[in-house]
Amino acid sequence: MRNFVKILLLKTIIHFAAFIPAVVMYYLAIVDQLGSDPVEEIIHFTGISALNILLITLLVSPVAKYFKQGWLINVRRLLGLYAFFYACLHMLNFLFFELQFDFSLFIGEVIDRPYITIGMLAYAIILLLAVTSWSKIRKKMGKKWQALHNYNYLLVSLVCIHFYWSVKSEIIEPSIYFIMLFILLYQRKDKFKRWFKR
Amino acid sequence: MLIKSKNKSALLESQVTDEAIYKDRRKVLKQLGFVGASALVAGSMPKIAWAESPSAFKTKALNFKKSQYSDIPDKLTPEKKVISHNNFYEFGAKKDQPAELAQNFKVDPWQLKITGEVDKPFTLDYNELFSRFAIEERIYRLRCVEAWSMVIPWLGFRLADVIKKAQPNSKAKYVAFKTLHDPEQMPGQSNRYLGGGIKYPYVEGLRIDEAMNDLTLLSVGLYGKTLPAQNGAPIRLVTPWKYGFKSIKSIVEIKLVERMPKTTWNKLAPNEYGFYANVNPEVDHPRWSQASERRITSGGLFARNRIETQMFNGYGEEVADLYKGMNLGKHY
Repeated sequence: MRNFVKILLLKTIIHFAAFIPAVVMYYLAIVDQLGSDPVEEIIHFTGISALNILLITLLVSPVAKYFKQGWLINVRRLLGLYAFFYACLHMLNFLFFELQFDFSLFIGEVIDRPYITIGMLAYAIILLLAVTSWSKIRKKMGKKWQALHNYNYLLVSLVCIHFYWSVKSEIIEPSIYFIMLFILLYQRKDKFKRWFKR
Repeated sequence: MLIKSKNKSALLESQVTDEAIYKDRRKVLKQLGFVGASALVAGSMPKIAWAESPSAFKTKALNFKKSQYSDIPDKLTPEKKVISHNNFYEFGAKKDQPAELAQNFKVDPWQLKITGEVDKPFTLDYNELFSRFAIEERIYRLRCVEAWSMVIPWLGFRLADVIKKAQPNSKAKYVAFKTLHDPEQMPGQSNRYLGGGIKYPYVEGLRIDEAMNDLTLLSVGLYGKTLPAQNGAPIRLVTPWKYGFKSIKSIVEIKLVERMPKTTWNKLAPNEYGFYANVNPEVDHPRWSQASERRITSGGLFARNRIETQMFNGYGEEVADLYKGMNLGKHY
């Protein structure tokens, strides 16, 4: 199979797997069929989905290298944008459905609650990465683009901490995410070493 | 002239989905393999089947009389939500897990001991839970420390009546409660992943005057029937002016003691969960504001149900005296 066909096929699969669940979950939440507290459910769903997709995005380049399938890199931007899509939904759900448009409470919570503060910081980073994802902007930014997009590693780490700080007493699920994060970052240890040498 | 006004929240005939279609829709979703597909994104597929899971745990109708608390203006939380949205870590730390994992819980036989600094300790067996004290209905607001709330028609009797029967002595200053410890039946007690990493058995406590307050209820039922397992069958505590975690479930021991007893959440995170746990909109939890709450009623994502939290959950008239002279910012 030619590479562009493979890319097209994989992108189609990603669209289906990432977009349709959101549509169905919102439908269920709106008609009150998503458990007893659809608000909590949809916030959790969008948040975990954003984190999962971010981790998958980090998986692309090690997998492409290991299996020598360079074409895989072409789906990374799409995955990143879906992570951004879920991050937007996650934040808007909190503002619209949890706080029900109480903007002053929203700002208060962002300032007062460390886990929300770093959640918003992570959101600011992914927003920057998303708006600079156009090819044109990428070309214009040159070397600065890569420097900016290296913040992806900080972003994923912040999201993992955000999740860990948000739970009440359960530590096993967040721990699993930290382990995955560690493995994915460990793949890039040479890159990090180079940064610190300079 | 005849003026017809329609209740805004009422559904139109056209908005009601026919039951057959409704059930079919679920089947189609499942057949589409949606459950598997979305697991890719979210890791776990939430309760698509939450409304249709069969219940192995049997409840039965109770005889009760209404009380002065039977008539409150708040709209009741639908029964379906009260029995499917539970914090009962013994059966899983996720809200929907208790309704799923508690169905085979055995409550008969049961023994509830009333013991400690009392002259006449006694034990209630399963049938006596429903026969020794007259059961009345109390519709109370339940405010969870996680900033959501419900309105629940409990059935039960006053803790004060139970304590009086045991004749506490002068050393009885506090009341300590204990939940059943049975890791074989309660998977959260044997499995750290399910049980949220808290120490079992779950323990709670009240000061004696709080325990003797007229509001303090030992509940054996809700919505006219005995308690479902996930709501703390066969008997639980209800203290409506305190956060929900004070309301210990499936109690096996009530012990009158001299010193302030240990409480589960206070041991786990003392900076977040105090002994008193009184609902207080002015004292924030470190991770969320307590100034307002989301009332869980019927209605989906767009239900506008955020309300201001009231001091002592609105029961100040009955309980504020208990805390006279205390700094509630410190003794939270």
